[in-house]
Amino acid sequence: MRVAIIGAGVVGSLIARELTKYEAEVEIFEKYPDVGWGVTKANSGVIHAGYDDEPGTVRSKYCARGNSLYTKLSYELGFPIKRTGSLVVAFDDEEVRVLEKLLDYGKQNGVEGLQILDKYKSLEKEPNLSKMIVAALWAPSTGIVGPWEVAQAAIENAIENGAKIHLSTEVKGIKKENKKVFVEVDDRDYEFDFVVNASGLWADVLAESAGVKVTPLHPRKGEYILLDQSDLVRTVIFPVPSKAGKGILVLPTIHNTTLLGPTSEDLPPDWRDRNETTREGIQKIIENTKKLVPSINLSKSIRTFAGLRPENDLKDFVVVKEESMVNVVATRSPGLTSAPAMAEEIADWIVQIGGLKLNKNFNPYRKPIPRPYEMEDKEREKLIKENPAFGRVICRCNKVTEGEVIEAIKRGARTLDGVKLRTTAMFGRCQGSFCTVNIMKIIKRETGIDFGEIEKNLPSSKVVDGEIR
Amino acid sequence: MKMRYDVVVLGGGAAGMGAAKGAKDLGSSVLLIEREPFTGGVLNQCIHTGFGLQVFKMELTGPEYHEFYRNKIGKFDALYETMVLNIDFDGNKIKAMNSDGIHEIEYGALVLATGARERPFEALRVPGTRPAGIFTAGLAQKFVNLENHLPGHRAVIIGSGDIGMIMARRLFLEGVEVEGVYEIMPYPGGLTRNVAQCLEDFNIPLHLSTSVVKIHGKRRLEGVTVAKFENNSPIEGSERFIECDTLVASVGLIPENDLVKGKIETGSDDGIFVDDLMRTNYENVFACGNNVCIHDLVDFTTTEGEIAGKNAALVAKGESLPPRAGIIIAGSGIRILSIHYTTATEPFKLYVRVDRPMEIATININDKPVKAAVNARPSEMIELTLNPQKIDLKGKIIVSAKGVKK
Repeated sequence: MRVAIIGAGVVGSLIARELTKYEAEVEIFEKYPDVGWGVTKANSGVIHAGYDDEPGTVRSKYCARGNSLYTKLSYELGFPIKRTGSLVVAFDDEEVRVLEKLLDYGKQNGVEGLQILDKYKSLEKEPNLSKMIVAALWAPSTGIVGPWEVAQAAIENAIENGAKIHLSTEVKGIKKENKKVFVEVDDRDYEFDFVVNASGLWADVLAESAGVKVTPLHPRKGEYILLDQSDLVRTVIFPVPSKAGKGILVLPTIHNTTLLGPTSEDLPPDWRDRNETTREGIQKIIENTKKLVPSINLSKSIRTFAGLRPENDLKDFVVVKEESMVNVVATRSPGLTSAPAMAEEIADWIVQIGGLKLNKNFNPYRKPIPRPYEMEDKEREKLIKENPAFGRVICRCNKVTEGEVIEAIKRGARTLDGVKLRTTAMFGRCQGSFCTVNIMKIIKRETGIDFGEIEKNLPSSKVVDGEIR
Repeated sequence: MKMRYDVVVLGGGAAGMGAAKGAKDLGSSVLLIEREPFTGGVLNQCIHTGFGLQVFKMELTGPEYHEFYRNKIGKFDALYETMVLNIDFDGNKIKAMNSDGIHEIEYGALVLATGARERPFEALRVPGTRPAGIFTAGLAQKFVNLENHLPGHRAVIIGSGDIGMIMARRLFLEGVEVEGVYEIMPYPGGLTRNVAQCLEDFNIPLHLSTSVVKIHGKRRLEGVTVAKFENNSPIEGSERFIECDTLVASVGLIPENDLVKGKIETGSDDGIFVDDLMRTNYENVFACGNNVCIHDLVDFTTTEGEIAGKNAALVAKGESLPPRAGIIIAGSGIRILSIHYTTATEPFKLYVRVDRPMEIATININDKPVKAAVNARPSEMIELTLNPQKIDLKGKIIVSAKGVKK
């Protein structure tokens, strides 16, 4: 059975990897030059516990299950996850009643360990919280990941198990004909038996092209501020949720920085590439997060960015399963958390339809890029002896070695962002002012791409422009 | 590998080289640890002149200054392309990593000379997109001077720090159209001599109280919107779009002290607090150069390095240096101090920065005037020589500045 997956975000990647457990011919189509560069790249990276989602919604079905699947996934695919736990903090009695409602949702959704803590217990868990809080909902199973790392790891593992990926390949439409499906790309069509549409912001458009009616999408923008502070908070801190969503958070990232955001701004349907930050958005983040954690030090800002989430008027996921196609639409929050549970269910569906047998050679394990900075001395010494490049630090802020950069390139990085999102080089406090040149030299040496042709991320995003003499 | 040295110096830029020389001159065994494959630090990419006027009475380029000084030091041991992973200040040991493996180095005394990093443009939280074509001035300088590549063809410079102005001239000379330099403050961020020699001489406009408020372009930079600023906020209606493919940011330097965070006393700007012996809160740990405070001239960091190296050598030999006797505090009108404690033993040089431009600034120590500076600006350090024989340098020493009109 030939299966096409449209979109190498976290949803598409995990579905692809799940399908390689069976005897399916899997091909992934990604319009960007690298994996995880769409919706996956710019979100909070939170693995939600599952208490936000009203019981009975599609979200509630996948979120808590997805959360629990992450432990095994992280182990098999070698991406880091930290179960930091989370606190939803209440500032008055009315907000405490919201906590009680969330506690009830959580229980119905099967979330374990939820507890409403009083002010002092909350401050014990998170000393930098505002002293004005009155209580907080503690959820121990909340975690943090680097979302793009999940997609990278899943794709690497899927490819190792036989899947094929077409990068920089935009799918223009999908056609169903005589029990076959055709994926239309530029000047040719690819024939498949089944297609999974996991194209994030464009999922409604692609579904429509195949004649499937779904609630239309619009982008919802979330702006963020990244701080070079590793010790500000230990857990994910939420205000009580509102109609606009889960609110603006303060959270640690898996890369030892602190993230503030996101805002939540509904954009017109045709603004699906308008991911710019705004003065108002940044101001709103500052005002809101300072209420939660007054000691935020904005002079430690190292970056602001915005991501777009695929939202619909239902404010819920839409998963449409048919004989030759599955559409995964409106993978808004908690899409990252839910992705493994969606992947599991969608793969089951396809296996049933195709009567697929298990792939006996499936290897569930993917080795992460070795990270000498986080190793014990003995392990480091051994690695450096085998390959001295793992002893040469290129990115001083995040202590990334030449060995890691070379390994990232071997795994597909061809651009600065490709290296950055695989190694964390250029991700730290200097934002690449020290290491960019050395990384470009390594890319040139390892791939043969001309120094002057190296791109930041997308085509036509050249870093430098022309030689001097 | 395990090793032991009298004095270990972290960082091989101008300050670290000064420390190596200071320690070597007193006969200490010296090990210098450097992240790059060579000494010199940022001097290597500063191919403009203006270095050495103070200490060598010669006008040199950065690479010339480096070579000239390097030859004065003589031979010393060094580990290049080596990263210090951590410092055990109580056990006097350093753990470092390079392509030969992990090294444990014991020291008698340690000199921190880790320099500074540039504040990235992204730290300003300017709204808009995140395209290619945005550089810190230092990165643009590296591309042009060391890698022979142009950052782009039409550039806007944000921030009038020294490196920004130097890069405005450098890009102009390489045929890049430099649209202008934009400074959010009502006065330039760098030295007056650079305003004249880098901007005025080349007719590059300097726009004060003006800064970038929006970035345009999805892949490569397509333009920026600038606006006039008042009280740190853009003035509505003053926005102007400028087409450009390059934005060079010179928006400040930050002392690089992350390695010693929490162990060595630092101020709110991340600079290390030292006494007049360049000694930190550990008796055998010294600091010098831009990780102590951002200096105007490389010459000053060399001098500071030599003092730090000399005192480190004395401590490594077992001599006990005088204890701290006074604390220097920045009073009104003063933003930055190079030294925060005194031993009140020998005369020493203190560098200060005023917190706003003053036509004539009277610098006071405990309310007694000690110096008058004409045209004082935050961008130009004021040098004070403090002599314990002449003024009381024990206890609390408040340095303040008062502006008077000409």
